[in-house]
Amino acid sequence: MANFVSSRFLRDGRELPSALEEARVGIEALARSYGLDFFDTIFQMCTYEEINMIAAYGGFPTRYPHWRFGMEYLQMQKSYEYGLSKIYEMVINTDPSYAYLMDCNLPVDQKLVMAHVYGHVDFFKNNLWFQHTNRRMLDQMANHATVIRRIQERHGETEVERFIDLCLSIDNLIDPHAPHIKRTRDPLAEEDLEAAQLDGSIPKLRSDRRYMDKFINPPEFLESQRQKKADEVQKQQNFPNEPTRDVLAFLIDHAPLQRWQRTVLEILRDEAYYFAPQGQTKIMNEGWASFWHTRLMTRHILTDAEVIDFADHNAGTMAMQPGRLNPYKLGVELWRHIEDRWNKGQFGKAWLDCDDPRARAAWNTDAGLGNERIFQVRRTHNDVSFIDEFLTQDFCEAQGFFTTTFDERSGRWVMDSTEFGAIKKQLLDMLATKGTPRVYVTDGNAMNRGELLLEHAYEGLDLQLEWASQVLGNLSALWQRPVHLHTQLEGKPIALVHDGSELTKSPREEAS
Amino acid sequence: MRIDRDLGRFRDIVRGKVRRDLRKHMSSNELVGKQGKKLVSIPLPQIGIPRLRYGDNKKGVGQGDGQGEGPGQGQEAGDAPGEHLLEVEFTVQELAEIMGEELELPRIEPKGESQAQTTKNIYKGIAKTGPESLRHFKRTYRQALRRTIASGTFNPERPVIVPIKEDKRYRTFVPETRPRSAAVILYMMDVSGSMGQEQKEIVRAQAFWLDAWIRLHYEDVETRFIIHDAAAREVDRDTFFRTRESGGTLISSAYKLAIEILEKEYPREAWNIYPFHFSDGDNWSKSDTQLCIQLLRDKLIPWSNQFSYAQVDSQYGSGQFIKDLEGTFVEEDKVVTSRVPSRDAIMDSIKTLLAAGR
Repeated sequence: MANFVSSRFLRDGRELPSALEEARVGIEALARSYGLDFFDTIFQMCTYEEINMIAAYGGFPTRYPHWRFGMEYLQMQKSYEYGLSKIYEMVINTDPSYAYLMDCNLPVDQKLVMAHVYGHVDFFKNNLWFQHTNRRMLDQMANHATVIRRIQERHGETEVERFIDLCLSIDNLIDPHAPHIKRTRDPLAEEDLEAAQLDGSIPKLRSDRRYMDKFINPPEFLESQRQKKADEVQKQQNFPNEPTRDVLAFLIDHAPLQRWQRTVLEILRDEAYYFAPQGQTKIMNEGWASFWHTRLMTRHILTDAEVIDFADHNAGTMAMQPGRLNPYKLGVELWRHIEDRWNKGQFGKAWLDCDDPRARAAWNTDAGLGNERIFQVRRTHNDVSFIDEFLTQDFCEAQGFFTTTFDERSGRWVMDSTEFGAIKKQLLDMLATKGTPRVYVTDGNAMNRGELLLEHAYEGLDLQLEWASQVLGNLSALWQRPVHLHTQLEGKPIALVHDGSELTKSPREEAS
Repeated sequence: MRIDRDLGRFRDIVRGKVRRDLRKHMSSNELVGKQGKKLVSIPLPQIGIPRLRYGDNKKGVGQGDGQGEGPGQGQEAGDAPGEHLLEVEFTVQELAEIMGEELELPRIEPKGESQAQTTKNIYKGIAKTGPESLRHFKRTYRQALRRTIASGTFNPERPVIVPIKEDKRYRTFVPETRPRSAAVILYMMDVSGSMGQEQKEIVRAQAFWLDAWIRLHYEDVETRFIIHDAAAREVDRDTFFRTRESGGTLISSAYKLAIEILEKEYPREAWNIYPFHFSDGDNWSKSDTQLCIQLLRDKLIPWSNQFSYAQVDSQYGSGQFIKDLEGTFVEEDKVVTSRVPSRDAIMDSIKTLLAAGR
């Protein structure tokens, strides 16, 4: 099997054979000559079993023990063996980067994958949303695995596994923006407030003369000041002070957990944050890598004999399958569209103001800014802002997008609209939520009984109730008190309460 | 591989699920039908980790000219639970073990093991001739060394040994007889008009599990199938489960045939014998039932590890036979009877039939 490199962690696969290594050196130089700027990338050849294993582990060679990795591996094995799917490539966002190639692929595929991987690594290194990820995650994951194994030895495999199951079921309740925000507390304001709370006085406007006092501070004003202060004091006493989306962090800080449980939860939170930006930039990242592999392959690398295979496999990746939006396709087309627009100078006020379709079609100022522009965009955007800024009506029409809706009567998906606004809104909605509802902890002492109150920022889509019930059950196991979730079902505000054994559903007044 | 541990954990979980749903699996014929060469594949709803997610997303975005097959659906559709089926494969042996655990069945202790013999070829001899692939390197070297020293050509300064043809030694097999445990399962089924399709399905499912369990305990298991209405004949497995005859029922005909087969081919010192009889309990006449009891008492029961009778309820049968058996063999603990009124009773029936561990 794999000849393991003795290192701090096990690594799979073998070095590239010399012919591919030669090709790799060439591709690396080419990629750099186009301005791509990436970490050193180490390629390893793997059998499909190894690659499926690594994929099941989320790309990392060493993870903590958990059955779901086994399940995912089994599914990938089956799917590969039945010829349904195949993993061409895998790359880990670390410094240096590791990428895995499958040893049974054609040389032309391997070259394609290498060019593609350099695109990804450039993106990892430069995109802002990855600036806070831990580039030593390979070691970190291995450390996590060691810690969890040690905990398992002490507290029993099944117990720890059961606890991990609980944690995993809420590991999407994090705040993907948190690493980018510096939340500073103002300690002075807090002190003031505390002092004010203690002295019981009401803040007044200053009046030098006593007879003016009732004009400067009339009773209504005093009343409103009193109210304001009461509110602020109340807010201070609220727990948490402000709704927090990072439910995991809140539980780590406040749930009645044992020490090992807290450690496990911290580890899982850490890993969830590591994977979060990859979800936020899927379209851009895949598009960017595809953009560069096609460019490098077609302009430089391909030999005549390889063209057909390349075209075939490339088309396979880019194909829109019925039933889902292909991030590779959308991404690469959008990158090309941006490059083209800025090359032709199709931007700025004059362009936006121009209503004449013929003028727009022929618009070309030879600005030549395309290359510069795409490199800027790959630095600053994520999928939501990328689509929001660059998905234009022209692009939408050229690509033939449409929205779909599920027709209850026929039980089929049908085309709903080809209207630009609707398509863009639908896409942005999908990307903004990524299927994960935004849920905030608003009160850790609900009903003044130490119960946990979560609020779902409802955006028009109902939660899957069966799963919500299980998740709330898991949350109440962690919190050890009943857990409430405020959401909406079929347009009606509703409160879901799980007391650890069963879920109750009750309508609720739409209050603040 | 490192994944093996997680894979093993996952299989344990699946095993637990199968065990918990055993009654369902046992009463459906899905498993029996899904039986491949050695593996049985069990479809399970995917075991997922529940997360807060949106329910059915009724909107999506598609791309293309709108021609051709297929919807463009939202990227989150299809994440709802229960939509994915996971096919997990088990060997029949594993399934039998799971069943044994769940039903708390005692292990069978084979009898007569010392008498039954099997011959196996074991490579443990050495010969002077043989194929090169079986050449015994050490022995050949030793032989050549001996010859070189004996002939005085051995030079300790330059100890080169060159074997010639006569030096070569080869591994070779010698036949060895070993005791073994062997069992024969005799399935007898009433295929008279009163046994319907449903009854046969029940028999099929039961036979599958009985087979699996007995196979777990013996190295050699042979199965024979007898169907009978007014006359009995031996058939192959397929025919056994398919045939439907009309006409009357003479149970004794099956017992006679079974005795004949056993006498001819399965000496009772060497074989563990398991006759299973499935019927709806309708026999032609009292006198035939008497004959049956006679045959059982004189031959079948003394010869067998256990004689099992399972009565499948049908709307036509009188169900008298089981009463006759139970009435006659009150004292005889080698006779086990069980009623299977419906599919759901399969599991309990198997527990009854195998509870003695004989």
